[in-house]
Amino acid sequence: MAPNAEQLAMAKEIKVVIEFSGGLEMLFSDKRHHTLSLPAKDIAGSPITIAWLIQYLCQNTMDDPRSELFVLDQHLRPGILVLINDADWELEGEEAYEIQDGDNILFVSTLHGG
Amino acid sequence: MPPALCVSCKTERALIKRPKNHEKLCKTCFIRVFEDEVHHTITSSGLFQPGENVAIGASGGKDSTVLASVLKTLNERHHYGVNLLLLSIDEGIKGYRDDSLETVKRNAVQYEMPLKIVGYDELYGWTMDQVVETIGKKGNCTYCGVFRRQALDRGSKMLGIKHVVTGHNADDMAETILMNLLRGDLPRLSRSTSIMTGSDASDVKRSKPLKYAYEKEIVLYAHHKKLDYFSTECIYSPEAFRGSARSLIKNLERVRPSAILDIVRSGEDMARLVPGAVPDACGCKGKAAAATATDETDGIGGCGSAAGRSNGGEMAAMERQLRENSAATEKGLETEVSLPAVASSTSTNSGPAAIKPKTELKRAGQVIPIVPRQKLGSCEKCGYMSSQKLCQACMLLEGLNKNRAEVVL
Repeated sequence: MAPNAEQLAMAKEIKVVIEFSGGLEMLFSDKRHHTLSLPAKDIAGSPITIAWLIQYLCQNTMDDPRSELFVLDQHLRPGILVLINDADWELEGEEAYEIQDGDNILFVSTLHGG
Repeated sequence: MPPALCVSCKTERALIKRPKNHEKLCKTCFIRVFEDEVHHTITSSGLFQPGENVAIGASGGKDSTVLASVLKTLNERHHYGVNLLLLSIDEGIKGYRDDSLETVKRNAVQYEMPLKIVGYDELYGWTMDQVVETIGKKGNCTYCGVFRRQALDRGSKMLGIKHVVTGHNADDMAETILMNLLRGDLPRLSRSTSIMTGSDASDVKRSKPLKYAYEKEIVLYAHHKKLDYFSTECIYSPEAFRGSARSLIKNLERVRPSAILDIVRSGEDMARLVPGAVPDACGCKGKAAAATATDETDGIGGCGSAAGRSNGGEMAAMERQLRENSAATEKGLETEVSLPAVASSTSTNSGPAAIKPKTELKRAGQVIPIVPRQKLGSCEKCGYMSSQKLCQACMLLEGLNKNRAEVVL
């Protein structure tokens, strides 16, 4: 019973909507809205966080080689704002926020220099 | 984390953490606080006069869109009694400016403001697409920055407007202050901290109502009010993201958000230390000296777009600034350079400018002793204010037109 329950939990997926604006969509196929199915837990078995999502986006969703416009030193580039369900990520735990099913996460760049 | 409540109304869920004081506010309270702070800036600096016609420099981007929205709201709420309109500059960049101007046209309808679009080709006979074809991508931001600044003033004059507001925010101000500080350019440091700038020789004054607003809050204000704005990078400056001063500002903000306003305040304090009677002071000398004594409630007279004496030195310095932060140039921040006579001579001898034949440089060098001090006057060709016979834009145009003639041949 226990192994089956564990396997079931591991197989669970959550759906999240990722949005990019402020010029960031340029790095992600020029699409502002991305609907992703993500595993509920990372390889270590912990719930996935924003930090995990940022790495996931760089490896799987970004189609532009200039990842330094999005990530610097394994962290989100300063100047990019994150809203989780319309709330400032600074109020939600920033990178440590554990992503829930149905979340809407918006990345807004203020670095646009055009 | 359990959702925090708004510190102001204590009923709604907090959505925003303010950078300057870490207050947690809900959407409604944030919008109100943001608008009230802009209102405070406008009234404490005496930016508007009843009956005044004010042009909003509109690019379709987030700053000018938020500025237009806020000013419309505040003008109605607090009865400034000013007439607002949108003034856009069309650089003639296909795939970029034509799309952003569509945004401005929609804004004009949404905000019920008249819209005037002035094109580079209309003023100068050249679009930026044509400029880049002629000189390539390197250095084209210099042309665009020079043209745009003048275009905004000339567009205002066409409409009989004497006041232009731009959407420069606290982050832009901090960036400019750092750049001028690192260059040791004290006269410009003084101008860059002024909320309102103008010139004895120019009828058009400029002001920045969003001077104390954080860029983060401008973005969040636009987001929560669902404002329609355009954000794509200029296709001719794909590396604009990497301006050094801008990256420094963003990293400082990350460590301590209040650093941005602290830098703006420091810039203002340093500006008060700049003596009004600098050796190369322009005709605004008396006004500038008096103005620095006041607590920024008066407009401080600046040198406007006074050009440096040496063409070569000026171009070299502009290129240097371009490399330091092309993003600032594109945002319309000042690009003029004012050099003392000795530095001008040195710069002249260092080599010819890209668009100037050696003979002209030699002639320019000879002119230096004859004109020991800059005097603000008018350009012989277009009448715009200039401390030289020709203003910067006309000098750049001369170079372009020579290239064009060769192409025609």
